[in-house]
Amino acid sequence: MLLTSIIFLPMAGGLVIALLLREEKTIRLTALAVTLLELVLMGLAMLDFNRSRVPGEMALEVNKEWIPYLNINYHIGMDGLSVPLVALAAILGLCAVLASWHVTLRVKEYFAWLLILQTAVVGVFVSLDLVMFFIFWELELIPMYFLISIWGSGRKEYSAMKFLVFTLLGSAFMLIGILAVFFSTGTFNMILLPELLPAADLVLPAGLVFWFIFIAFAVKLPVWPVHSWLPDAHTDAPTAVSVMLAGVLLKMGGYGMIRLGVGLFPREAQEYAGVLASIAVISVLYGAVITIRQTDLKRLVAFSSISHMGYVLLGISSIAGVNGVVSDVGLTGAAMQMFTHGTITGLLFLVVGFIYERAHTRYIPDLGGLVSSMPLVAVVFVIAGLASLGLPSTSGFVGELLVFVGTYDVWTIQTALGVFGIVITSGYILWTVQRVMFGPTRDRFVDIGDAKLVDIAPMVLLVITIFGVGLYPSLLTGIFDSGISNITQIIGGSANLP
Amino acid sequence: MSTDILISNAISLSPELSLAALGLLVIILDLIVSKKTILQTVSLVGLVIPAILAVFLWNDIGNITTEAPADVFGTLAIDKFSLFFKFLILIILALVIMSSGSFLDQLGRFKGEYYALLIFSATGMMLLASTTELISIYVSLELTALPLVALAAFGRDSRSTESGIKLLILSAISSAILLYGMVLVYGLSGTTHISDIADGLVSSVDSGIAFGSYGLMLGIIMIIAGFGFKIASVPFHMWVPDVYEGAPSPITAYLSVASKAAGFAVILRLFYVAFDNQSQDWSTVFAVLAAISMTLGNLVAINQASVKRMLAYSTIAHAGYLMIGLAAVVSQIPEGSELAHIGPGSILFYLVAYALTNLAAFFAIIAITNHTGSELIRDLAGMGRRTPLIALIFAVALISLTGIPPTAGFMGKLFIFSAAVSSGLLWLVIIGVLNSVVSAYYYLRIIRFMYMAEPSSEEKISSSIIPLTAMVIVTVGVIGFGVLPQPLFDLSSSVVSVLSP
Repeated sequence: MLLTSIIFLPMAGGLVIALLLREEKTIRLTALAVTLLELVLMGLAMLDFNRSRVPGEMALEVNKEWIPYLNINYHIGMDGLSVPLVALAAILGLCAVLASWHVTLRVKEYFAWLLILQTAVVGVFVSLDLVMFFIFWELELIPMYFLISIWGSGRKEYSAMKFLVFTLLGSAFMLIGILAVFFSTGTFNMILLPELLPAADLVLPAGLVFWFIFIAFAVKLPVWPVHSWLPDAHTDAPTAVSVMLAGVLLKMGGYGMIRLGVGLFPREAQEYAGVLASIAVISVLYGAVITIRQTDLKRLVAFSSISHMGYVLLGISSIAGVNGVVSDVGLTGAAMQMFTHGTITGLLFLVVGFIYERAHTRYIPDLGGLVSSMPLVAVVFVIAGLASLGLPSTSGFVGELLVFVGTYDVWTIQTALGVFGIVITSGYILWTVQRVMFGPTRDRFVDIGDAKLVDIAPMVLLVITIFGVGLYPSLLTGIFDSGISNITQIIGGSANLP
Repeated sequence: MSTDILISNAISLSPELSLAALGLLVIILDLIVSKKTILQTVSLVGLVIPAILAVFLWNDIGNITTEAPADVFGTLAIDKFSLFFKFLILIILALVIMSSGSFLDQLGRFKGEYYALLIFSATGMMLLASTTELISIYVSLELTALPLVALAAFGRDSRSTESGIKLLILSAISSAILLYGMVLVYGLSGTTHISDIADGLVSSVDSGIAFGSYGLMLGIIMIIAGFGFKIASVPFHMWVPDVYEGAPSPITAYLSVASKAAGFAVILRLFYVAFDNQSQDWSTVFAVLAAISMTLGNLVAINQASVKRMLAYSTIAHAGYLMIGLAAVVSQIPEGSELAHIGPGSILFYLVAYALTNLAAFFAIIAITNHTGSELIRDLAGMGRRTPLIALIFAVALISLTGIPPTAGFMGKLFIFSAAVSSGLLWLVIIGVLNSVVSAYYYLRIIRFMYMAEPSSEEKISSSIIPLTAMVIVTVGVIGFGVLPQPLFDLSSSVVSVLSP
């Protein structure tokens, strides 16, 4: 019941806003109240998760018949892999509402869609039935399409359509994969499938099903060469939606890769891990190099996401193991990288959105010297930048370090190349911070003003998370590992982090 | 023939008889009353009688178990399969009548004829769902088609007349082709009764030639072609865009869902029962037609400027999705499993989902175009503001047509694609899902115009209460079956059990 309310509370809030409320102020406050309550509920769920943590069991599991004809169940639950990601969705959901405080265009629809989006995202992370997973996965498209194409900027309609078509294309193949799994085993149950699949007589070759399912997540993560929707969608989306998109939606891709790609087809994942590692490194380096050349601040952050999400795939590729020994470290690192990137990039988009709102430009050569007029935001920007390049004591360091440690033994060359990405990242981050915040103060930016409480609150929330995880990472790594060890133990994975 | 048999036949036929009587009543009333709005009420309320009679028949079948399905003169079967379609057609008819008011008010004349022709055509469709014999299939088809021709030309302007003439000529041609095919099948099997055809053809089963013999191949292909016209499948689709665009919108709505439902009812019965032994061969034909229909329909729909033309091409594409279900006849699932009838079951579910969805789309178009007078997609600009409720209904319908949850359209596609995967038709499923992606582009383009483009005028658009009720009913259905599809899954997969011997 608790988990069900965590999924559907935002949607209910969205419907209330859409159908009942008129006053803009009430709508904002209602959205805020809903996301706050969501965060509280998530806190309760985490307490429950901690108390009843039994290895290999799902917390708060609900399994009810929904469509018995096709053996589809309303089956939800959380394990160590999903708990932090749901928490991330709750945190960023709150930030997104605060970041939207100044939206004035069609306020009612805006907040309704924003809240419905959150339901879809949370639903993806807690679904334990493949069809439910797929439904939530697709459900996210409609709010995103509206949010980008109505409230976005630039070529917003083009970007929204591109986002939609890319995602649909990926999920089209995922649907085939899911159906193939069902007709081979007779169940959509994600907990039972890892045991049933190896013995099952598959209607399609397992390798093919693996790629069908994987491609949907590759589009979402995104991975080179199916990344081209991301810069457009991120750049043209409104700030809060960029935060959700980079912070949570991309993580649906990484989550799917671990839960369904590796979880259901560990042997196929091992077989193709070399390909995955190579694609990952291309994403890391290609993303980083392209980022340097960007002159639009928001596009710059968007491209850096491609590079950073490459590390997630690199971590996942460590599933191949060395001499049959599979370590959890790389996968845990991938999961950590997802969480940290969510907070860091969410923060970067908040800052960029704020700068754009005040300075009315995102063109980097036009900016400069903002530190004198917005010192608070400048500090936040520096923190976010340093976290993004992986400075120790910030969360960015933990994720990348674990990925490299976990993957180095398995894919030495790729990892070595991947580390080089960090160097490029340091370059573009520091250069950008310098060009935007420092340098000579420009006259027209003198009195644009610093962040107000409603602007700074979500930034502070994320800064706290970044340092919290950076200073005490074992809190999160432990949770993640408890979920991931269940997945790797099928192929003889060894638990225990260094 | 004793009177007992006559009476039992009359009872079995009572829904159709009462519906035909209702049609006559409407014509007579039209001559007597001067206040013509009552005709709509009478037509609508009158539908309750055939519906109730059909419910009685349904319950009767439940009691006597389906050992020997009631049949009328050996030509019509009253079983759950046919009653399923009768309910569907009655519901579609009721909804179309509800949303026809504004069109007739604009036309100003011939209200009685309009409702009566609609009702007669529905009578033909209901008979079509019951037929178990080739000649009665042909007769019911004509009864269905001729009123539709008159209705398509009902707008009385040049476009509508052109639409009527085209429908007349093409339905005549398709009927002729169908008849040729039936003649060949009769010649080879020696019977016109569907249930006996399979036995009559048994001698030619293992000949090594596709379909058993070249004569039968020609016959079955001609029958497929004949029905291909009725269900708007490529390559027999040329009439669809012109007729859909020219005909009055309520008639287009009716044509797109009811004709399709009735067409698939006959196809299912004929092919699953009579041509059961040739299923390997015709499933290939349907698979190829499905692939071409989906692809061509979706690709051409992208470039349409008129919303009715776009929906015409979309209906061709949806005929393709439905034929995936026909192609999925060779299930790899063992008999006895719940999923054994997934192929035909998925078609029934999809037909219901498509009927509700497409009606929602057309009803919204009717309400909007009645006011603006323009059927161009770009003139839908700003409808999200000018008429929030109708725009929302239209948007839900378009999302359902795309096949995005939580709508009936998604569940329909899930069901159809499941059937195809279970039959090992992977290539067809890939084409199907890729087509869904293509279709998203043009369906969502309309949503974009409604919610993101600036309107040419800010004038509000309203709809009167009866058509609005119809819209709300279908939309509730679209969402309802998208969230709780189980009852309809169960129903559609259980009624098709009569098709397997």
